Amino acid sequence: MNEKNALLIESAFKEYYFNRFDLIHVPQRAAEREFGYQKFNSGMTRHLVVKNDKELHLMLMKEVPSDVYCSNAYYMFPNLPMSEKDWKGADMIFDIDAKDLALPCRKDHTIFKCSSCNNSATEFQSQCPKCGSGKFETASVICKNCISESKKEVTKLVDILTTDLNVQKEQIETYFSGNEGFHIRVTNADYEPLGSQERADLVDYIMFNGAIPESFGIRRQNNSKSLLPTFEEKGWRGRVARKLFSSKSKVPKVTREIIASGYSAFQVQLEEIKKTMGVRVDPKVTMDIHRIFRLEGSINSKSGLSKIQCTNLDSFDPFLEACLLGDDNVEIMVDCPLQIRLKNKKFGPYKSEIVSLPKYAAVYMLCKGLGNAI
Amino acid sequence: MLKIGVKDLAKYPFLTEAGEYLRNTGLSLEQLGHPDWQPIVEKAYGRIVVASSGQIYGSDLETLDNDSELLSFLVAIILLKSAGIATLIRRFSLAESRRAERYLQQDLWVSRDKKNLELPLKIIRDLFAVNVSIDNEDFVIKVPDYLHRAIHFHEKEWKLVNRRVANGLVYLSAHETVRLIRAELGEYIHEKIQSVNVDSVPQIFRQRVEDLVTLAKKFSDTTYVSSEYPPCVKHGIEVLEKGENLPHSGRFLLATYLLSKGQTVDQIAPLFKNAPDYNERTTRYQLDHISGSSGSGTKYQCPSCEKLRSESLCFAIPDCDGIINPVQFGKKRKNQ
Repeated sequence: MNEKNALLIESAFKEYYFNRFDLIHVPQRAAEREFGYQKFNSGMTRHLVVKNDKELHLMLMKEVPSDVYCSNAYYMFPNLPMSEKDWKGADMIFDIDAKDLALPCRKDHTIFKCSSCNNSATEFQSQCPKCGSGKFETASVICKNCISESKKEVTKLVDILTTDLNVQKEQIETYFSGNEGFHIRVTNADYEPLGSQERADLVDYIMFNGAIPESFGIRRQNNSKSLLPTFEEKGWRGRVARKLFSSKSKVPKVTREIIASGYSAFQVQLEEIKKTMGVRVDPKVTMDIHRIFRLEGSINSKSGLSKIQCTNLDSFDPFLEACLLGDDNVEIMVDCPLQIRLKNKKFGPYKSEIVSLPKYAAVYMLCKGLGNAI
Repeated sequence: MLKIGVKDLAKYPFLTEAGEYLRNTGLSLEQLGHPDWQPIVEKAYGRIVVASSGQIYGSDLETLDNDSELLSFLVAIILLKSAGIATLIRRFSLAESRRAERYLQQDLWVSRDKKNLELPLKIIRDLFAVNVSIDNEDFVIKVPDYLHRAIHFHEKEWKLVNRRVANGLVYLSAHETVRLIRAELGEYIHEKIQSVNVDSVPQIFRQRVEDLVTLAKKFSDTTYVSSEYPPCVKHGIEVLEKGENLPHSGRFLLATYLLSKGQTVDQIAPLFKNAPDYNERTTRYQLDHISGSSGSGTKYQCPSCEKLRSESLCFAIPDCDGIINPVQFGKKRKNQ
């Protein structure tokens, strides 16, 4: 990022970190966690201990990081190198990102920016019409559909956590990630000691990965209807039954069809169920027991929006509630071929023009690579 | 309090209660050295011989004298410790754990309706810190307890997604419950034997101790270790050479690695000859399955370094830098 842009964003972040201490807290058992941060145009600083809110606020004011992270793991010595930290356990974390959902709307809000001349376009082209370069960077901007689809994944996840895995609602915290998705943190002592491989199997459960027909009553031969799952069953068997039969009156007919179609056809059906009913989380995040994860209350430098907790997921509007930077105007050069909506105000489209924007919108443009400070 | 009878101790002679029972009878090692007890020594020796051949020592608990069942187990340990041969101790531990596994499964199954599950559930709880409870026809354990153990199995049916799960619990049959703790049961019995100290051995034991030393020679085949093998594979071969019990995942690594290097099932099979539970037919069947020449036809690939790390089977050396799978080990070195 160019120096001028970094300075503008940094000053906006500093103002936020100074004014909004009320929103930024260390998570519980902070002294057992590893903290880390990144500064603009600089590498990652890790293995830090931040014991309380006061120390955190001091670090934020002193360093003004572009991104702040905190481990989901608990360590005996969080400030030592990884091999000496002495891992004690970790919260379960889940990352639901709209970009992983392969939604059809993606093409409507992705901007292609030529890497050599910065010309931006809303359609994919193999060559830049202005300079002929074939290299592009992409920026995905605000999309309500992406958020609402991500929310559906959160709801599916919470359902599996609470009904199948016996996690209590109050042990689940849902956060807007600060960009295009949600982070879910589960604090439950039973699951805390699980290692990476155990978490990998757990995430396969949540995503409905690796299900075999035999587990749902379909064998390669000699099938009998008595082994098929029923509506009332709990866990995936019940979910699969409700999906396959759709209503109790259809059970006899669908059962006959399933048994007649055989093993391979049922395997295909399970694959379909995985696509629609499996929760689309990023498995790498959940499996990683040493990850430092974006700290709640901090700003995401990919957008200038904050990672904040969603107390009411249905009504949560990230482009209003997580847009927390100042609203005094700044002049910047913007090249954004799409209109965006932040804090219920419309901005753009702008065609390489100098405009005066509230700071939150100006920072959004700079973070997305769609503008430059002047 | 749960009353553990002598019949229970004959089934599970490794329980702490077995020691207490003996103390109460007042029987000492010196007394066991009396020629009257020779039949027990013979029985103990037989028990080891059966175990060393990879068989499970069977006891007919209805007709046999339960005291002699328990005593022969204890005398077997004294014989084994006196002979001091690791291979035999491993084989014996494994065979005894398979034997106990049978009884455990039987006890879970038979007492299921009678609600008389206290003993098998206590054994599982005390020895392995797993709480198993019963729900109608099934046994249930907590999801995290299940995951800790099931991740060591490669079969898809053990994946959590293929189990019945509700309210944080996994539903299992008696057989599956016992299968889940199999490795720990073997380890427990082995540790228990290792912790026993034998100072002096009565005269009537001596001949059988010598016989054990002779018996052990049969298992001391050595295997050639190529210097080109990665350290994880070398480790696996060394463990087998010592006659120790390489976990399933380690055996899977050896088989897939050597198959990927072009070795045939015929060449690989003898490598497992030293394993305490060696059975030629089973070994061949499994190797054929892994190589894809039987079963579903899937040829299994060598597990990744990451997977081996998580299974504590990785013993990386600087030469391993930059590889993500053991099969890359040799190639990488040649390129450098």
